[in-house]
Amino acid sequence: MKKAQMKFMMLISGLLAATMASAEYGLNLRKGVTEYSEAAYGMHTFTLWICIVIGVIVFGAMIVSIFAHRKSKGVKAEQFSHSLKAEVVWTIIPILILVVIAIPATKALIKMENPTTDDGKPMKMDMTIKVTGYQWKWRYDYLDEGFGFLSTLAKESNLARQKGSGIDPSTVENYLLDVDKPLVLPANTNIRFLLTADDVIHAWWVPDFGWKRDAIPGYVNEAWTNIKTPGTYRGQCAELCGKDHGFMPIVVEVLSKEDYATWVAEQKGEQAEEAVLVETEWNKENLMARGEEVYNAQCAVCHQATGAGMPPAFPALAGSELVNGPAADQINLILNGKPGTAMQAFGNLLSETDIAAAITYTRNSFGNTAGDIVQPAEVKSMKQ
Amino acid sequence: MSHDITHDGVADHHDHDHKPKGFVKRWLMTTNHKDIGTLYLIFAFAMFILGGAMAMIIRLELFQPGLQFVEPDFFNQMTTMHALIMVFGAVMPAFVGLANWMIPMMIGAPDMALPRMNNWSFWILPFAFALLSSTLFMEGGAPAGGWTMYPPLVLQGGHNVAYLVFAVHLMGISSIMGAINVIATIMNMRAPNVGYLNMPLFVWTWLITAFLLIAVMPVLAGAVTMLLTDRYFDTSFFNAAGGGDPVLFQHIFWFFGHPEVYIMILPAFGVVSEIIPTFARKPLFGYVSMVYATAAIAFLSFIVWAHHMFSVGMPLGAELYFMYATMMIAVPTGVKIFNWVATMWKGSMTFETPMLFSLAFVILFTIGGFSGVMMALAPVDLQYHDTYFIVAHFHYVLVTGAVFAIIAGVYYWIPKWSGHMYNERLGKIHFWWSTISVNVLFFPQHFLGLAGMPRRIPDYSTQFAEFNMWSSIGGFAFGLAQVFFIYIVWKTVRGGEKATGQVWEGAKGLEWTVPSPAPHHTFEDFGPVDLDKMAHGKTH
Ligand code: HEC
Ligand code: HEM
Ligand SMILES: [Cu+2]
Ligand SMILES: [Cu+2]
Repeated sequence: MKKAQMKFMMLISGLLAATMASAEYGLNLRKGVTEYSEAAYGMHTFTLWICIVIGVIVFGAMIVSIFAHRKSKGVKAEQFSHSLKAEVVWTIIPILILVVIAIPATKALIKMENPTTDDGKPMKMDMTIKVTGYQWKWRYDYLDEGFGFLSTLAKESNLARQKGSGIDPSTVENYLLDVDKPLVLPANTNIRFLLTADDVIHAWWVPDFGWKRDAIPGYVNEAWTNIKTPGTYRGQCAELCGKDHGFMPIVVEVLSKEDYATWVAEQKGEQAEEAVLVETEWNKENLMARGEEVYNAQCAVCHQATGAGMPPAFPALAGSELVNGPAADQINLILNGKPGTAMQAFGNLLSETDIAAAITYTRNSFGNTAGDIVQPAEVKSMKQ
Repeated sequence: MSHDITHDGVADHHDHDHKPKGFVKRWLMTTNHKDIGTLYLIFAFAMFILGGAMAMIIRLELFQPGLQFVEPDFFNQMTTMHALIMVFGAVMPAFVGLANWMIPMMIGAPDMALPRMNNWSFWILPFAFALLSSTLFMEGGAPAGGWTMYPPLVLQGGHNVAYLVFAVHLMGISSIMGAINVIATIMNMRAPNVGYLNMPLFVWTWLITAFLLIAVMPVLAGAVTMLLTDRYFDTSFFNAAGGGDPVLFQHIFWFFGHPEVYIMILPAFGVVSEIIPTFARKPLFGYVSMVYATAAIAFLSFIVWAHHMFSVGMPLGAELYFMYATMMIAVPTGVKIFNWVATMWKGSMTFETPMLFSLAFVILFTIGGFSGVMMALAPVDLQYHDTYFIVAHFHYVLVTGAVFAIIAGVYYWIPKWSGHMYNERLGKIHFWWSTISVNVLFFPQHFLGLAGMPRRIPDYSTQFAEFNMWSSIGGFAFGLAQVFFIYIVWKTVRGGEKATGQVWEGAKGLEWTVPSPAPHHTFEDFGPVDLDKMAHGKTH
């Protein structure tokens, strides 16, 4: 019997060692790239060691007892059954340990919630990013610059992740952790985040920044960060938000302040071009081409690339009365969504051009026969 | 034919059992605490297998990156149903089953105080779970918003919302009736000379658990009723667009939810507090402080709920308060662990299967407790929250905690229930198989969480592949071990070495003073009992 137990012990430790050796990536929490994430890492490590020490003492006593105080060795059981002294000791010591752990935790929490500079003044925020969670994408608004965009799962990952896609995930770079358009931020800048959601609760989490915060419909939550090193940081939605909760990653590109300024200028240029496009008269061919792109990126998660939908949750657009009816009704629905359902108000999410293109595409695909086209200008006029 | 009947009659007469004859009378209409206990245990076991099968589907999908077997929505249905079934269908009913069987026998009572209600509180359960499980076959499928049922997501679930809400109502009614029965029994039915501080710890932990149940199940019922009216009657309790507050639901849910996790663990504390002294041949160390610690944990469990919500954006003061209060729970929990170790110290230990499972409980539950203390630190929980780190944490406390204690209890008392000893060799195989596989299953999940893998996702980035594969392999092995457990139990019930009344050399307690199998009716005379036979209390 004892031999068998020894064998099992060896098996366990062997398995453990093998696991540790084969995993060359993190076994531990990431240290991250902000003061906050480093503080969290420090507290994590400190507490972990305390737990390990307590574990060694408690399990050690158990193991000694298991091997020394066994009947098979002819040990007679003593009959002591209480000791006030012992009870007091093992109540007080844990309390003291907890106080020691609580002090740095309190400091870190205050720093997160009420950021102050070294001389105790409230910390000045240099810029503000509004983060809005949607099923299943993020929108980032640069409130100081007046532009914003959607960020969704990158196309390659999206193709590979379909059930039965036949694509091996290991051939896809940054599988499930890549987006079409990352959030771009400057390094060494105090950045305030305002987080909210449009439909259900999401949570915005980049492990290297050290925190996650819920994005809740009807709430505007606040958080802040200051990223020390430029680089690309990846995270994921961390609150169950429906079927594609696992497929709304976060990618943050952190640039030096100069590169960031250049990037902002570029974005503003593109925005101006977009504004011209809205006023242009589009032909059907171009609208359909753009519409297909927009539809596949924005609508197909629910209504499917074939327009068949996933009834009853997501209706089919193929043969839909609304899609084959008057264009104005459909524009209205896409702009304002249908409150209480997963159908979002795309009016604030997509440009007028994209909306017009997507509507035109749905009215002339999947066997739908509306036949007409919708111009960006029509969408714009209905948006007022 | 007539010969058979006479034969049965003779057998009945022989052991003076007066068991009702016929399936309907014996099981459907039973008011006997032992039969109802058996029903609860069988039901819990069936649900454990059903919930376990769902866990196997989840682990199968997570075996490799990419979606191979199920669509994401079905995956979410599986996690949601797995948890609801395990929590409300397996663990809670199993403890009620143990309570039914053991509490009357431990305090010298002839039965539960309210036997007809006892029947009713059991027979509600199959209907509750039939209602819940039927949603799997509905258009749109089962609830997929997680067992926490957070709005607005859960309200997107179509008509399964109504089924979910009514099933939760039924489970709640059943639990409350069961709890009332436990309290009434313990307060009124103790043998005349058994005082509160003579009661075994299992009885004490259940008494406290029953108060928790009565306090929080109505809160849950209220919360889900508000979901129902938000879904069907245009109220806006949790709808921000209508002036409501989605976070309000989380506060109400966790006001139920945190005591709920102690509802699942306090009776487990009770079970191992019975088993360890028996096999250490030494009285439980610090009996009175164990009772106080249990009460302290129960009290604290009401005032820490928002540690599940550190990321929702509470004010700083609230976050600090919930952090400190949560850390406090570690103190009475530590007291219990130290007392168990002190009970073993200088004992004369043997290692039969119930003891092995109890020792594993102490170690592995403590590991779950360690990660619990770490998560209590609000600033670091902003990293741990909603990752696989917490999946590892709650499975250590629920599987190697609650479930291991239940298994230990079954091995400990099955000779008393069935009159047969289980096969010790098979029991030991079951133990090692379960303990090794459960660690392969859940330990790597700590690493996954720390490396950044969120929970409740059907597919993951390739960097997480290796540990997920380990975890899945452990999962399948653990699942198989429990199928083996069914075989062991079945074999024991059907036959095997005859058990004595005492069963275990070192066991104390009134249940060991009656023959094995325990006759259909015990302690019928309401008379005083021999206090020296009781495991704890003032007599030492
Ligand atoms: C998050 C899932 C989701 C996305 C993304 C989405 N929809 Fe919808 N859509 C829905 C749901 C749910 C409904 C049904 C609403 C209801 O109950 O009336 C709907 C309804 C519709 C309808 C009306 C169908 C009918 O027959 O009533 C149209 C048209 C439509 N969507 C077009 C679009 C377009 C165009 C896009 C992309 C710009 C899009 N949807 C993106 C979920 C979605
Ligand atoms: C057979 C052993 C078990 C296995 C293999 C297992 C596996 C799993 C898995 C893979 C998940 C999904 C995690 C995720 O995607 O976030 C999960 C969730 C969960 N399990 Fe288990 N589990 C087991 C037993 C139990 C038991 C006995 C209980 C409770 C008493 C339990 C309670 C839960 C809970 C509460 C959740 C969370 C569900 C949610 O996110 O809503 N599990 N389990
Ligand atoms: Cu999500
Ligand atoms: Cu809790």
